[in-house]
Amino acid sequence: MNIVLYDGSFEGLFTAFFEVYEYKIEQPFICKESNTSSSLFGIIHHVNFNEEKSKRVLEKLKEKLSPQSLSKLHTVYLSEIKDIENVMFRFVQYVLANTQSVENNLGHPDILLINQTDKKVHREKHRMEAFVRFQCTKDKLYYSIIQPDYNVLPLIKKHFEKRYADQRWLIYDSRRKYGLYYDLEKTKEVLLNFEIDLNNKEALKEVLDNEEELYKTLWQQYFQSVNIKARKNMKLHIQHMPKRYWKYLPEKQ
Amino acid sequence: MNADRITEKLSILADAAKYDASCASSGSKRKNENKGLGNASNGICHAYTEDGRCVSLLKILLTNHCIYDCAYCVSRKSNDVRRAAFTVQEVVDLTINFYRRNYIEGLFLSSGIFSDPDYTMERLIKVAKRLRTEENFHGYIHLKTIPGANEELIKEAGLWADRLSINVEMPTEKSLALLAPDKKQSTMLQSMQHLKNAIAANRDEKKLFKKAPMFAPAGQSTQMVIGATPETDLEILYLAHGFYKKFNMRKVYYSGYVPISNDNRLPAIGTPVPMIRENRLYQADWLMRNYGFKVNEIVDRENPLLDMEIDPKLGWALRNLHLFPLDINKADKQLIVRVPGIGIQSADKICAARNYNRITWEYLKKIGIAMNRTKYFIHTGNTFQKKDWQPWQIKQFILSEGNSKYKKNFSPQASLF
Repeated sequence: MNIVLYDGSFEGLFTAFFEVYEYKIEQPFICKESNTSSSLFGIIHHVNFNEEKSKRVLEKLKEKLSPQSLSKLHTVYLSEIKDIENVMFRFVQYVLANTQSVENNLGHPDILLINQTDKKVHREKHRMEAFVRFQCTKDKLYYSIIQPDYNVLPLIKKHFEKRYADQRWLIYDSRRKYGLYYDLEKTKEVLLNFEIDLNNKEALKEVLDNEEELYKTLWQQYFQSVNIKARKNMKLHIQHMPKRYWKYLPEKQ
Repeated sequence: MNADRITEKLSILADAAKYDASCASSGSKRKNENKGLGNASNGICHAYTEDGRCVSLLKILLTNHCIYDCAYCVSRKSNDVRRAAFTVQEVVDLTINFYRRNYIEGLFLSSGIFSDPDYTMERLIKVAKRLRTEENFHGYIHLKTIPGANEELIKEAGLWADRLSINVEMPTEKSLALLAPDKKQSTMLQSMQHLKNAIAANRDEKKLFKKAPMFAPAGQSTQMVIGATPETDLEILYLAHGFYKKFNMRKVYYSGYVPISNDNRLPAIGTPVPMIRENRLYQADWLMRNYGFKVNEIVDRENPLLDMEIDPKLGWALRNLHLFPLDINKADKQLIVRVPGIGIQSADKICAARNYNRITWEYLKKIGIAMNRTKYFIHTGNTFQKKDWQPWQIKQFILSEGNSKYKKNFSPQASLF
C-alpha cells in the first residue's frame, strides 16, 4: 500500500489527487497528516499544498461535473468521516475515466456514499441554522457555542451573514476550536480562548446584557405555552430535536 | 418592561394562539436590504414542542378579548379565562429580540375581535408596519386577516406581511352556523376573494415594474377545524380542492379539534384529538398538490372516508390494482410516484440510475425504499410473475408487517361516522 499524507485542507486534498496521477502512485491510501496511526505500513508519500496543482484538478472537475456535484465534494470533505478522502478519490477517478457524465449513477457504491454523506452533512447544516441560539453580551455581541457532528461552519456562514447584517455575532465550534465572527463588515474565521468560564453563572452574568435573562425566560415561557398537552408526542419531539442538541437550547434547560 | 407582567401576557396570548395550525415560514422571497435584520426565504423550524409540532414563528394573539362566541374557540366571549392584551410596541420588542437570538423566523399575529373587525385589523397592521419601517425587519410576518375587515385594510396588510390568512373555521356553512353564530362563511369567502384579487393584481404589476412593492409574497392560506362536526373527508377535501383552485391558496391547514369545552354541540372534554385523521387529510392534500392526484381519485361517493389504517396513496393503489405491477425499468415518472412507498425523490433517483444500469431489488433497498409495501406494486422486468392478490390481502400483509406508529393511539373519532 502507498500512503499519501496531505495537510488536511480541501485544496491540499486536491493537490494529493493530482500527485497520485502525477507520480502514478498505485493503490493509494489518502489520509490527513494529523490522522496517521502507527498501524499504517507502507511507502509514505508526503503532499505539500500546491495551488497550481489543486487548481488544475478543480478545473478538470468543473468540465466533468455539474456545479451541484462539485459542491457535494466539498460538503462531503467537511464530513471529516474516516476514510472519506479515498471515497472521494475513487469517485474522481471514476468520473475522469468516463467520457460520459456518470455523476448520477447511484448504482455505483462510491457515488451512492457521496450522495448519502452529502445529505447527512446538509441535515447537520440545516440543524445548526435552526438550533444556534445567541446570547447577547453587554457590548452587544451575539454569541453562540456549538458542537456540530460535522464541520459545518463554512456551510452556514452565508446564511447567518444574510440574516444578521446589523448585529455583531460569533458562532464558535468548541469541538474544532474555531469560530466565525461577523464585525458588521465581513465575517472572519477566528481562533480564541474564552477568558471566562462559560459554566460559571456568576461570571457570565457580569458579561451578559441586562435583558438577556428576561428574553431567555420569555422564550422558555413561550415554548411551554404553545405546547398542546392533549397532543403529546414525545417520540416525534425527540426525532425532530435529538437529545444531543438539548444542551444548547435554552427551551430545553 | 415589567418582566412579570409581560411573561404573564405572553403565556396567556401564546396559549390562546396555539390552536392555529399554521406554522409555515417558507414561500416568501423577502431578502435582507440596507443591512437590516433578517430575511424570509428559508422556512426553518427552530424548535419542536413536546407534541411534536414545529415552532417557527412567534405565534401570539394581540389580545384574547373577543366579542364573538364561537363554541370551538378558547377565547370565546362566554369562556371564563384570563384576558390580556399586548401593546403594539410589546409585540415589536418580543419579535425583534426573539429573532436576534435565532429563536424564530418571524411573527404570526392573530387576534380576538375587540370592538369591530376594522379596528382589530388596524392594530395588527400597525405592528407589521412598525416592524418593517422602524425596525428595518425583513423576517417573516404572517397576519391573520379579520373576515369582514375593510378591503382597503386588507390591501394595506399585504404591503407589510408575507402571508395573510383567513380561517374558514368549519368545513360547511351549516356547522359554522351551529358553532359560530356571529360568523358567516360568505363574509370569509368574500375576504378571500379580495385577497386573491389583490395578490393577482400585484403579480401583474410586478411583471411590468420590477420595483413594484411586494404584496403578500407568500400568498394566502386558511384553516378548518376537523372532527368537531360530522363532515366527511369527501366534503373536507372537496372544499380544500376548491380553495386551491379558486383562491390559489398556498396551503389549507386541517386542525384536529382539541376538546376545550363542555358545550354539548361539541365532542366532550377528554375525547382524543383526531390526530390520525388529521394526518391522513394532510397526506391526501399533499397528494393533490404535489403528486398529480385528482381529488376524486382520493375520495368519491363510494369512498367518502379516508382509510385510517393505511395512507391515501396505498388506498388508491389498492382500488386500482389493474394498473399494477409497474415495470420500474420502463414506467414513466408520473406513474412511479404513484407507487406506494416511492416518493418524488426516490422516483428521481430511480429515473437517474436507470440511464446507467437496470434497476434491481438490491438497488431499491440501497436507496432506502420501503420494500414491504412497494413490492406488491412493481417488478423489475424479465423475471416477473404476476401474483393475483386481492386488495384486502395486500392490505393485511402490509399491516401485519409494518408496525404502524399510530396503532396504539387509534382515535375513536375515526370510527365515529
